[in-house]
Amino acid sequence: MQKEAAIREPLILGHKTYHDVTEDVCRPIEDKAPKMWYILFGIALIIGLYGVGSIMYLLGTGVGVWGLNKTIGWAWDITNFVWWVGIGHAGTLISAVLLLFRQKWRMAINRSAEAMTIFAVFMAGLFPLIHMGRLWVGYWTLPLPNQFGSLWVNFNSPLLWDVFAISTYLSVSLVFWYIGLIPDFATIRDRAKKPVAKKMYSILSFGWSGRAKHWNRFELVSLVLAGLATPLVFSVHSIVSFDFATSVIPGWHTTIFPPYFVAGAVFSGFAMVQTLLLIMRKAMSLEAYIHTKHVEYMNIVIMVTGSIVGTAYITELFISWYSGVEYEAYAFINRATGPYWWAYWAMMTCNVISPQLMWFRKLRRSLMFTFFISIVVNIGMWFERYVIIVTSLHRDYIPAAWSMHYPSHIDIGVYVGTIGLFFVFFLLFARYFPVLALNEVKTILKGSGQSYKESPDYHKHH
Amino acid sequence: MSDKVIYVMFDDDEVLKDGAKKLVSKGIKINEVFSPFPIHGIDPIIGVKQTRLGIMAFLYGLTGLTLATIGMRYFMVVDWPMNIGGKPNFSYLQNILAFIPISFEFTVLCAAHGMAITYLLLNKTLPGMPAQNPDPRTTDDKFVMEIRLSENSSMTEADLDAVIKETGFIEIDKKDIK
Repeated sequence: MQKEAAIREPLILGHKTYHDVTEDVCRPIEDKAPKMWYILFGIALIIGLYGVGSIMYLLGTGVGVWGLNKTIGWAWDITNFVWWVGIGHAGTLISAVLLLFRQKWRMAINRSAEAMTIFAVFMAGLFPLIHMGRLWVGYWTLPLPNQFGSLWVNFNSPLLWDVFAISTYLSVSLVFWYIGLIPDFATIRDRAKKPVAKKMYSILSFGWSGRAKHWNRFELVSLVLAGLATPLVFSVHSIVSFDFATSVIPGWHTTIFPPYFVAGAVFSGFAMVQTLLLIMRKAMSLEAYIHTKHVEYMNIVIMVTGSIVGTAYITELFISWYSGVEYEAYAFINRATGPYWWAYWAMMTCNVISPQLMWFRKLRRSLMFTFFISIVVNIGMWFERYVIIVTSLHRDYIPAAWSMHYPSHIDIGVYVGTIGLFFVFFLLFARYFPVLALNEVKTILKGSGQSYKESPDYHKHH
Repeated sequence: MSDKVIYVMFDDDEVLKDGAKKLVSKGIKINEVFSPFPIHGIDPIIGVKQTRLGIMAFLYGLTGLTLATIGMRYFMVVDWPMNIGGKPNFSYLQNILAFIPISFEFTVLCAAHGMAITYLLLNKTLPGMPAQNPDPRTTDDKFVMEIRLSENSSMTEADLDAVIKETGFIEIDKKDIK
């Protein structure tokens, strides 16, 4: 058994036994859903359906229903896409990168963070698909033999790299998540009393029995998948940033984009994890597993990645002047002082100033403050993408082509709708799936649990 | 041939591990251990070898890399070389930079999925498979050791019982199987 320093805060509070862990995680699934769940689910569903309606209208009428114009050909669609992909970065970072670094605190949050990742990437994937206007020809992005002669997709294009990156990221995250879920589904299966639930969880658990050899393979598969997913996390958002960085638009054509986008993605992803988990731990009484220390660790990640993002903003600004390129310099002056100054300063305030408050121990350990900042960060990160995309486009080379972007109600409907759909998925997950990697948590109970740390013979062995 | 299986249940992973050490030192073969989570250090005691799935993942990854290279070379260089801005695709090597992202993604895709599928097949854990743990509590907080009489033919059942008694188990269950 592995032991850790006694001065480290325990990761599991209270005097929990293995059975208590099972009980605490399975009870919300087995009990009737609280009234609040139905209310939230109803609200999310209505918003989600409004989004589906907007998408149907868009598909029936054409992409012209968006507020795009000749100058600004990309606006909310790609902003939302990048925003959702960014949010989707925390889950795999938590479960893969933190697994490689043997960070045990990940175990309380990795399951729901990864669920969040998968649902966020679903939402992200929606935008390029509906942007095609003809959803049903989405498969044309694949290199398939076709009736147009030997016409292939363009492998030199970052947009095609994106197709491969996003679909690999989504499917690998899904597999990683599900392989971890199998043993936990088995636990629920073995406790289920109602025949329908028993049958369902029996199918979901794939007949997992917890044999020693299977656990041996499980651990290696988790490790190798983590090893594969780690560079994947970094590559996906780098490739998303190539969509802009390889173009010739001043403000986009920047070599700083890949690291800056990756840091921003982790920053916004962790903020979303905070938003969701701070509510979930309360609603599902998981305060013993996800407590102030976990929140503090996540706030430190937000602080570090927020600082990287802040540095990138300043660097970008400096280089635009230092490069001596008139167009490049104008793009940035226009961002800060042009008609979109409010978006720029909203981004600066939310993303540069707010994470710096996390240097104060009192603030980063305050749950209310964390919740507030997590929302602020997500707003800021949406504005970051909006600023990069719209303000770089709206001042075209010829002043006659200058323009502004005003979102149509369909723009807003699709965006708000994806938030609704995201919560529909997340609420279903919280209702029917084990929200904590319960069997993994049991492995750290003796090493990092409070009652074991406080017991007199904790330091005697080994 | 009829056989008898002894299921010895423990309520702590450390006790099971100590018990297993004791039994193995007396020459008893432990057929299987069922546990709710991986018990670190049990594998060498009961003779479970380290899995070679990692090697498989590497091979799947290599396959992915090869396929991506062959595919992109065919699409972009052989079948339909595009002339973009006066920079035609005449050879794969000259254009390799543009092909790195997808080569990487496809390598990861094949390695991850290949390994995951192999893992599920090897475990025989697939949708609809029945659970095989001897007691439903082994996915909660109990740990079960499975010992087969046929694999310990040098000992009588009574001898086995006597040794097992010293391990600190909480329950014992015997089953005749055909």
